Parts: sequence; C-alpha cells; structure tokens
Amino acid sequence: MSAFLETLIGGLLAGTMYSLVAIGFVLIYKASGVFNYAQGSLLLFAALTFATLTDQGAPFIVALAVTIAALVVVAVAIERLLLRPLANRSPMTLFMATLGLSYIVEGTAQGVMGSQIRALDIGLEDRPIFLGDILISQFDLVAAGVAVVLVGALSLMFDRTRIGISLRAVADDTRAALSIGVDINHIWRIVWAVAGLVGLVAGLLWGSRQGVQFSLSLVVLKALPVLIIGGFTSIIGSIVGGLIVGAAEALAETYLGPLLGGGITPWFAYVLALIFLFIRPAGLFGERQIERV
Amino acid sequence: MTAAALSALDVKNISLSFKGVKAISELSFRVEKGEICALIGPNGAGKSSLLNILNGVYAPDSGEFIFEGEPLRDIHPLEAARRGIGRCFQNNALFSGMSVIDNVIVGLSRHARASLIEEALGLPRARVQAREFRARALETLKLFDLERHAEVIVRALPYGVQKKVELARALVGGPRLLLLDEPLAGMNAEEKQEIAAIIARLNRDLKLTIILIEHDLGIVLKLADHVVVLDYGKKLADGPPDAIRDNPDVIAAYIGAPHGELAA
Repeated sequence: MSAFLETLIGGLLAGTMYSLVAIGFVLIYKASGVFNYAQGSLLLFAALTFATLTDQGAPFIVALAVTIAALVVVAVAIERLLLRPLANRSPMTLFMATLGLSYIVEGTAQGVMGSQIRALDIGLEDRPIFLGDILISQFDLVAAGVAVVLVGALSLMFDRTRIGISLRAVADDTRAALSIGVDINHIWRIVWAVAGLVGLVAGLLWGSRQGVQFSLSLVVLKALPVLIIGGFTSIIGSIVGGLIVGAAEALAETYLGPLLGGGITPWFAYVLALIFLFIRPAGLFGERQIERV
Repeated sequence: MTAAALSALDVKNISLSFKGVKAISELSFRVEKGEICALIGPNGAGKSSLLNILNGVYAPDSGEFIFEGEPLRDIHPLEAARRGIGRCFQNNALFSGMSVIDNVIVGLSRHARASLIEEALGLPRARVQAREFRARALETLKLFDLERHAEVIVRALPYGVQKKVELARALVGGPRLLLLDEPLAGMNAEEKQEIAAIIARLNRDLKLTIILIEHDLGIVLKLADHVVVLDYGKKLADGPPDAIRDNPDVIAAYIGAPHGELAA
C-alpha cells in the first residue's frame, strides 16, 4: 500500500511540473483563442537568459529581475510587430504566426546566448525526503508549492483587479469589449508578458532538472495532453490535467510497465489524451468546442 | 460651421460596400444634441452598418461624420469609445460568464488610470480606483433598479434584464452619444414598454443623444424626436415622426406594415 501511495504522490507532484507549462498556453488561449506554439520558445528564452546571467556571475535576484524585464520587452514587441498587424485574422493565421515566432525567438536566443547545454542552479537539491515511510522528491515538493502559489496569484489577478476583469471580458466577447473602451492591445501585452513569466517559472524548474538547452522547448509536448484533458481555457483544468497525467504516468510505469516491457512514460499521456478526445473533446474544464490545430 | 457645431452628429455623404454590394450610398443626415433619432427601414437597409461605421467597426468607402465638431473617418472602436460614443448590440453582447457588476465595471475601462503594477500590488491608487469604479457601477445599476442583481452571473438573468445590464454597461462610462441596435427586439410588450421608458428617461435626465434602430413603429413614433428612413442604403425620408407617418414613400417601403399600423 505504501508503495502505491509513494508512486501516486510522486506522480501527482511530477504532474504539477506539467501544469506549470500548460498554464502558459491557457492564458493566451483564453484571451485570444490562439494556441501559442511559441510558448516553448518563450520558456527556453527565459531559462536561457537567466542561466546566461547567473553564469556571468549575476546574483539570483538580479538575474530574475533582468529576465522579467526582457520578457516584458518581448511581450510588447510581439504585440506591436505580430498581433497588431494581424488583428481580426483567423485563429489559424495567428497560430501560424506563433509558429514562425517560435523559430525567431529560439534562433535569436541561441544565436546570442549560445546553444551549449548549461547547468541551471536555483539552489534546489533534488534529494528525496521521508514523509512517514513514504519517500518524496524534495524538488517536486517545491515545484508543487510554486505551482500552487502561481495559480493563487493568477486567480487573484483575474478575480480581483480591474485588469483581470477586462481580461475576462476580452476572453468572453472581444468585439463588445473593444466597443466599450477596453484597450485590447494593452490586454494582449499583459497576457503575453504574464505567459512569459509563467514560462520563466516553468523554465527555471525544468531547466534546473534537465539543464538548459534547445530540447527544453520540447517540454511543451508534455503540456499538450494536459491541455486536452484539462481543457484549453481553464487554469484549474491545467492543474487537474497535470495531476491526472503525472499520476497516470507514474502508476502506469509501475504497474503496467512490467507487463508491457517498460518504457511507458513517453507515450502513456498521449493515449490518455486520445481517450479524453473521444469522451470529452472540450476537456474536463473546457468552456467551448476547441479548434483542432 | 456654426450650424455643424450645434449638432451632435453630422453624417456626410457616407458610402459603404461589401465586395461590390452597396450597403450604404451617399447617406447624409444630422442628429441634434439631446435628441432621440430613430433609424428605420427594412432588413438590409444599412442601419446596422451605419452604426458600425459610427463606432469604428467598419470604415466607410467615402464620406465622413462629424462628431462634436470633429470630422471622423475610419476610427478604431476604442477611439470611438474614448470620444464618448457608446454602443449596445443587437442581441446582447454581454460578458455572460461574469457578474452584473463586473460587466458594468468593464464599461469604465476608458477612465482607468492605475497601472497593472499598481493593481497587482494593490497600491493605494489602484485601491481607490477600484472602490470608485465599484461605487460608480452600483450607482448606474440603481438607475435601472438592478443593484440587487449586482453579484448575479449575467447568463442566469432573463433577456429583458440582461438588456438593462447592457444599457448600464454602455452608460456607466458617460457617453455623449449612445447607439442602440434594436434594443426592444425579442421582448414581450411589457418589457418593451419598460425599456422604452428607460430610454426616454435617459434621454431626458442625462441629456443623452441617442440613435436607435427599431422595427416597432408604434414605439418609434412615440419615442423618437426625429426619424430617418433607410431603404437599400439610401435615405428615403428624414423628419419628425408626424411627417414620417404620412410619407407615402415610407408606407410603400414598409411591405407588410399596413397603413393602419403606421397610423396607430
């Protein structure tokens, strides 16, 4: 029983790492109905900028502040150079634009900061600890804590601030929001900057676990099943979807793995997502019929 | 120019076409300050298209409109809102998943001064603004007798009440010109009377200039100070309700509206 619990808890905690990546997608999808292919590149850009700065000897806080400033600049540039000229185009056009954007961001980031793998030390040791007789990864525990704080902060922003209210208004009916005086361009800058910050948090955690290099941008592939299960429009969905994927992966690896010869983790989440697509295409918390991309 | 400065809105030779089909051709008319101007005409006459030009959704092919003395063409909806042109849509375009008061607060967007940083950190200016916006939104809801619904999610309210929320949302920002696209459509007789009375009261008490599209001629002729009749994108008639009622061209254009109804 304790082996089962250990697997389950380990899986749930690992799942919050997926949730962190998925939340970045949800923010932009909610506000503009666009699947942002460049989210992984933003995540890589954030982690790479931070790692480069700390490599140069910058203290943690300084590196964090500079990286956040860089992400805000990138968000403003994306709104001005990409979203505004493409206003009123179909979501598919915008999706293609984010695809191009991902190459620009990745290429520029690696061109300027180099493509060699970097170790990222954010002062978190990956040493397991005992809770009762259950062994838990300390790192995953911190990651889960960060995810909870992040979701708390985001929901405060959405529910309590006027800008959060405007953001929900834009997500609900863009045309009406525009006609009553909501500055949509401003909202987009904010959404992309916040999505960048979420990417930074995810990038730091994933980067310190597997090193910072190009393949970091591929962690977004892990977010896809999470989004399909949780729904593209719900932050809570991202959390629940991440937990489901994490727990299912861990349990499948432990209990199905021996029967199927192991190696289940890389594909199991996608099979799960496929089953959800048959049963509940909008996801557990999805609001509307999502567009396939 | 003094005459133009007196009127709230001066539409000048506006034309609009979609892929070669003329929606509006060479349309000119004037709306005086503080009047209710009704746009009537059969479906496809170009009424909604005109409202869409006035609030910046469409850009006219040619022509311009003068609002409060300033000639405008091809403006953005955001600019229209900032200049004080408010709008209600045909079929409600409310933020249906949000509460009534949040819907109305969004209508105050153009008056917002606190930055995101101030809002996120809950700094004094953001807190003062939040309190002020809430108070203003509640005050506007009171005008419509809606304050007890403030925290209700809009989707849960009946259509007629939703229309009042939409009016409140358009009004809270203090527009000087309000565009109403079929505000009475889809309502029963009682709701129609109530909304019509509200429109008349807003016009009287707030000296608000209103342009309204409406099919119910009985109500239009009672409510409006001035009626503009459109047909196939052209102006068919323009004048006070009494003159419009007796205009044979108007009667002919309103197929399906028997003379008796027009005279009622």
